[in-house]
Amino acid sequence: MSVVQESTQTTNVTGKSLFARLNARFDLRAYTMIIALVVIWLFFTVLTEGRFLTPRNLSNLARQVSITSILAIGMVMVIVTTHIELSVGSVLGLTGGIAAILQVWHFVSTPVAILVALAFGVLIGAFHGYWVAYHNVPAFIVTLAGLLAYRGVLLGITKGQTVAPLDPNFKILSSGYLSLVPGIILTAIIIISLVLSRILSRRSKLKYGFKVLPLYLEILTTVLYCGLIILATYVLYQYEGIPYPVIIVLVLAVIFSFITNNTKFGRQVYAMGGNIEAARLSGINVRRRTLVVFILAGFLASIAGVLTTARLNAGTITAGDGMEMDAIASCVIGGTSFLGGIGSIPGAVLGALVMASIDNGMSMMNTESYWQMIIKGIILLLAVWLDIKTKKNK
Amino acid sequence: MAGYILEMRNITKEFPGVRALNNVNFKVRAGEIHALCGENGAGKSTLMKILSGVYPYGTYSGDIFIDGEEQRFNNIASSEAAGIAIINQELTMVKQLTVGENIFLGNEPNRFGIINWHQLFYEAQKWMSAVKLDINPRTKVVNLGVGHQQMVEIAKALSKNARILILDEPSAALTENEVDTLMDILRKLKRDGVTCIYISHKINEIFKIADTVTVLRDGETVDTKPIAETSENEVIAKMVGRELSNRFPRVEHETGEIVFEVKNYNVFDPDNPQRKIVDNASFYVRRGEILGIAGLMGAGRTELMSSIFGGFPGESYGEVYINGRKVEINSPLDAINNGLAMVTEDRKRYGLVLIHDVKKNLTLANLKKYCKSGVVNPNAEVYDSQTMVKTLSIKTPSLEAKVNNLSGGNQQKVVVGKWLLTKPLVLIMDEPTRGIDVGAKYEIYNIMNELKKQGVAIIMISSELPEILGMSDRILVIHEGKINGEFRHDEANQEKIMLAATGGN
Repeated sequence: MSVVQESTQTTNVTGKSLFARLNARFDLRAYTMIIALVVIWLFFTVLTEGRFLTPRNLSNLARQVSITSILAIGMVMVIVTTHIELSVGSVLGLTGGIAAILQVWHFVSTPVAILVALAFGVLIGAFHGYWVAYHNVPAFIVTLAGLLAYRGVLLGITKGQTVAPLDPNFKILSSGYLSLVPGIILTAIIIISLVLSRILSRRSKLKYGFKVLPLYLEILTTVLYCGLIILATYVLYQYEGIPYPVIIVLVLAVIFSFITNNTKFGRQVYAMGGNIEAARLSGINVRRRTLVVFILAGFLASIAGVLTTARLNAGTITAGDGMEMDAIASCVIGGTSFLGGIGSIPGAVLGALVMASIDNGMSMMNTESYWQMIIKGIILLLAVWLDIKTKKNK
Repeated sequence: MAGYILEMRNITKEFPGVRALNNVNFKVRAGEIHALCGENGAGKSTLMKILSGVYPYGTYSGDIFIDGEEQRFNNIASSEAAGIAIINQELTMVKQLTVGENIFLGNEPNRFGIINWHQLFYEAQKWMSAVKLDINPRTKVVNLGVGHQQMVEIAKALSKNARILILDEPSAALTENEVDTLMDILRKLKRDGVTCIYISHKINEIFKIADTVTVLRDGETVDTKPIAETSENEVIAKMVGRELSNRFPRVEHETGEIVFEVKNYNVFDPDNPQRKIVDNASFYVRRGEILGIAGLMGAGRTELMSSIFGGFPGESYGEVYINGRKVEINSPLDAINNGLAMVTEDRKRYGLVLIHDVKKNLTLANLKKYCKSGVVNPNAEVYDSQTMVKTLSIKTPSLEAKVNNLSGGNQQKVVVGKWLLTKPLVLIMDEPTRGIDVGAKYEIYNIMNELKKQGVAIIMISSELPEILGMSDRILVIHEGKINGEFRHDEANQEKIMLAATGGN
């Protein structure tokens, strides 16, 4: 419960339990996921006698998580509008397959192959959005149809074969690393923009009399974040450097966080998810927004498709199979609400990291794959239960 | 004359902060059609909910007797067992099931849990003929018109051996022909010995069909009289005869030129496309004027205004002029761009994104003003919302507090604020003070006065007569979709408005 005061100039929260106080000061939810992640990592580090935390494995993990993260970024927006996109796994497979076929069988250059694949992603997304927004067909059905059909198309155009190998300049998208000097420059840019944005946001909040953290905490958390970024960079350079897919995920996460938080489009999408009638009566073109949300999801799925093809060095018929479920699970673990209107991009990326960490850790422990599936299922259920529980307590 | 089949004695029912019924006495003779009248919010529905077991024994005080025996209804089933059936204003049928299945829903003839379909449809047919409805009981309800659906509801009630049938505003959704059929059926039921309690706003209907009329006002029984011994005017006078207190800070203000005009506007029912909800409405409003729109529930006021605003699903046609220029409005966005704003009724359903914060709700209808090439400028947004919070004195811990956590009055101010930020020429307010406390009402009225001074034209739909009389400069009364009266502030009174609202002249 928040404390209601007579004025709009509220600063402090007093006289509540420690939990409530912590909850009011920080957005505890955002941190529970980080805490959960740390616990999972420690757990696997102990069980694998430290092999989990080696730079090599963490670099691997980062690469693994990138594809799910990209799908999850698109999925957040779809779920926020109370829809669902079940076909992203098949779209990933199909667009990745198209890129591979163009290059391997038709000798098309890498940039052109990629652009064509992305264009297909956009078209497929538009097709879904058209049915959902303009014909009121439930998204579940439209995208379930897509899930079946695109896998079939993929099977047809590849004639059931694995399409390989690709040009080295395609492969490098997934296997490449940013070398040391550009890596340091990138890290520096990230840190400087983080610090700047926090200073600016604090100033603006103070100006308008919003709640802000006490200065020492603000500095502490900023230093902590910077430390984490430096540590992550350091660890990655202990191995080969920053993998390209990680850079792509970061760029996409930043762009889409910006879109969802700071643009008219993003705000209207969240409002639609929260109350579609109120949004419509406030003059929002809910159909067009829905269309665009599906286009973005298709576009992101095709990026994931291109990266998958690069990673496998081939177009395969099973690429992306079942990935839609990982993406949905990542969103949900990351705090996206199926009731709509709530959900964040960083949350979904963290959710993907939680899922991938569990996968990776169990693989290292040589856990049989059926156990991996069972445990992932249990974690998904528990995460959502916990979320509902803590919301009720609020 | 027959004895009383039903007596409700000294019924009192309180909701938090309100006494909805105060010592109500209500007696119905066996075999009669007994009309229950009263303004919106007089307590009719509450009384019937007690009788039908929706509010169980113990949540009210007072006694209910049927055939002289005291009854304690703990739920709807126990009231049905005593022979009482209610047909609600909103029909409660499973539309994808057949007529027969609906009649026997939850009560299917069966053996060991296996339904005997032949018996079910055979008996359904019998009940259908009891209400003179010539349709196959295997028809799906979704394929029936609203009128026929209502008949099916009545058949369903009769199949449960109802001796007392409560009809809550049965004619509200019906066309004139359908109303006539309904009347015929009620007369037939009366001959068969069924007692009917008929709740209606429509005085002329009551005088056509009822034997006795009871008037409720502000939760109290005003009078019960045989219909032959009273007149339409007397009933209306009893419905409204309360003291007008001075709760309205209306200010006199010179009105300007006509800013908004509607000509020959018609709206159709989306569920029953033959039925006109609004019939050829024409009106105008001037700058700095508050135009009150009065009428009974279901008269078509909300449908008229939300249709003009581009937000109603039913078909419509007619002409709309803003500052003398004809405009085409097909969506709320068109309306906003033409300087209209509409504070919708039911703020939680249509007005607010409850899970989002005050600031985001305030700027929702006007985001483009804070955007440069699609990117929201947070400073401008915060500045404007901050100003609006101060102007309307919205009590909130901060701009980032969830609207869900605010009181009803403050939520309503957020909705008003959202529309004021669009700087409208014409502000439509649908039930602007429903469900908020007296203090917050007063503040909303002051805001309206302030807007009036600034030259905004306000169209206020309200079901509260005192509010209409207290705040409006001019009053339109709508009866069954037609404008049936227009009064200046100084010539209006409760009786005149109620007479026009119930179809008189």
